[in-house]
Amino acid sequence: MSKKSTANAEKPAEAAPSVTDYSRSPVNSRLSREQKIELHRKMVRIRRFEERSLRAYQAKKIGGFLHLYIGQEAVAVGCCSLMGKDDHIITAYRDHGHAIAVGMELNPLMAELYGKATGCSKGKGGSMHYFDPSRNFWGGHGIVGGQIPLGVGLAYGIKYKGLKGAAMAFMGDGAVNQGAVHEAYNLAALWKLPVVFVIENNGYSMGTSQARSSAGELAKRAEGYDMPWGQCNGHDVYEVRACMEKYLTLAREKHQPSTVEIDTYRYRGHSVADPDNTYRSKQEIEEYRRTKDPIQVFQQKLLAEGVLDDATIEKIDAEARAEADTAAEFSEASPFPTVDDIQKDVYWEADHPTERKSKGRLFFD
Amino acid sequence: MPLITYREAVRHALAEEIERDRNVVVMGEEVAQFNGAYKVTEGLLARFGPERIVDTPISEAGFIGMGIGASMLGVRPVMELMFWSFYSVAFDQILNNAANVRYMSGGQIHCPIVIRGPANGGTNVGATHSHTPENVLANHPGVKVVVPATPYDAKGLLKSAIRDNDPVFFLENTMLYGEKGEVPAEEYLVPLGLADVKRQGTDLSIVTYGRSVLHSLAAAAILEKEHDVSVEVVDLRSIRPLDIDTVLASVAKTHRVLIVEEQKPFASVGAQLSYMIQREAFDELDGPIHRVTTVDAPAIYSPPIEIEQLPNPQRVLKAALEVVASSE
Ligand SMILES: Cc1ncc(C[n+]2csc(CCOP(=O)(O)OP(=O)(O)O)c2C)c(N)n1
Ligand SMILES: [Mg+2]
Repeated sequence: MSKKSTANAEKPAEAAPSVTDYSRSPVNSRLSREQKIELHRKMVRIRRFEERSLRAYQAKKIGGFLHLYIGQEAVAVGCCSLMGKDDHIITAYRDHGHAIAVGMELNPLMAELYGKATGCSKGKGGSMHYFDPSRNFWGGHGIVGGQIPLGVGLAYGIKYKGLKGAAMAFMGDGAVNQGAVHEAYNLAALWKLPVVFVIENNGYSMGTSQARSSAGELAKRAEGYDMPWGQCNGHDVYEVRACMEKYLTLAREKHQPSTVEIDTYRYRGHSVADPDNTYRSKQEIEEYRRTKDPIQVFQQKLLAEGVLDDATIEKIDAEARAEADTAAEFSEASPFPTVDDIQKDVYWEADHPTERKSKGRLFFD
Repeated sequence: MPLITYREAVRHALAEEIERDRNVVVMGEEVAQFNGAYKVTEGLLARFGPERIVDTPISEAGFIGMGIGASMLGVRPVMELMFWSFYSVAFDQILNNAANVRYMSGGQIHCPIVIRGPANGGTNVGATHSHTPENVLANHPGVKVVVPATPYDAKGLLKSAIRDNDPVFFLENTMLYGEKGEVPAEEYLVPLGLADVKRQGTDLSIVTYGRSVLHSLAAAAILEKEHDVSVEVVDLRSIRPLDIDTVLASVAKTHRVLIVEEQKPFASVGAQLSYMIQREAFDELDGPIHRVTTVDAPAIYSPPIEIEQLPNPQRVLKAALEVVASSE
């Protein structure tokens, strides 16, 4: 992979890098059996959901873009498993994993891909624009880097309201070169806002490797804003949790923002429209899949710990496949929004006519 | 009624809303310690403290985006753009995030943000600082756009804007900040989307908004006195929502229309209005709709010539006489 060396990163407190057993980190050792199985189950559900969505796409049930998260599951699951009731998250368009990780159901997620009225955004957002404010999930954003100032705004809101929470603002390795990201870094650091910027470094922004797009180390740019920063591997959900816990605690307790770069890898093309034959080798993909697949890695750990056995693994997988199939059937059977629905959810007042205060025309033809 | 300036009217609206609602926060470049680049926020820091009146770095994409994010959590930020012209560096935040987030979330997320600041030419600051983006903004369903002409309207409309649950873009005018007008001492609101007939007349409807209202009223006085033409001046006040009914009622009365706007002509607010008037009141018209706009070029610096590039009473007068002549 064409990533830069990452020599200077601040490692999680427990670290002695490659040999560290992150299962012993306090944030992991206190997990119950059920909680560990749930981490595994979430990753499997994400993968099966996405594989099912890919088949639906190939069957032309889904339009537009479909950016798959396959290979990166441990990042969203690890990070979101640390969320308390006052923690918030926002991410970019590769958002299926985060949505499932925060607890959204597969039916409305799949239905959104199908463009159905039963979708999580009523068929108005699509794959790139999932939202669930009831679970503190603020999207799902299609413009590279554009969500990062919003993430800082979530942190501002948390602090302004006197809550003890933090916001996680996710972006890809390509997004770090957007100006808005740097403006957001500065505001967060200047005003001590409780946010953790999470760079999911999968090595590529579309077909451009990190080496061809970014000068210097990505997370290290935080130093310019006097923010602490860290790096960790993203294929081990224990390691993700151990690393993120530290920075989330800094944010929640000290209002100290930070940047964390999590190394990960996507197995599929940038989107399903990417034939994936111009910028990396099949061997590279296979190598990662063979040695670092996040589901396999965690499965092995849980087998060794005696938390999982083959039968349970099989059962979880079968249930996840069935759940994804059910979601596809649900989506298939659901109605599309109507033409009248096009102009709903545009203005609050138009949707609440009895409470409308303004006059005049809101819509034009 | 007390006579106060447009600037004071905006300031009073901010102060009253900050007092009324703990969620209202005023933010922008130089709004606090410096007392505002145009002194609109003068004294507010001393009165309300740094938690409510917040100086930001020169970072429009960053702080506008931050305000949008905070508004999703229920904060009601009133963001000052030192000039609306600087919206271009925050364009993605304003038009992709603020305007779309409610829709893309299927109505789950609200974005009660106000962005305000001056948007006008006439101060010899050249093309980068003289944009009037109300047409560009209003092109985006999901947002509201307000352009007040008088102190009374500025105060009442800003208070409504701050209470609105959707993004409202509030376009002021540096040339109007010092203009005085009567403003009641007691509280009042002006609803968004309600036009105001600023002068009654029978021969010609001038449909206008913002500073062009003042030019139109000046021209109307001359037309009455020297040309025996009775002009009705309809001030839209709000671009979106748009009170087309008041416009159409005026057209039905006068049968002649002149639109006056500080806009570049191509796809301007007036272009939209013309379409709507011909579509909905074709039979009422005695002749074609005419229009006075900014002369179609980037804003010129040269002070005496900039006056000619923008709508002014003489240009309005000339155009009004042409409308009357062409429909006789
Ligand atoms: C402002 C902007 N420019 C370009 C694009 C097109 N685009 C979408 S994703 C992408 C690559 C982003 O890569 P990265 O940030 O690494 O995220 P990843 O796709 O790897 O998750 C590009 C160029 C966009 N959506 N927005
Ligand atoms: Mg990437």
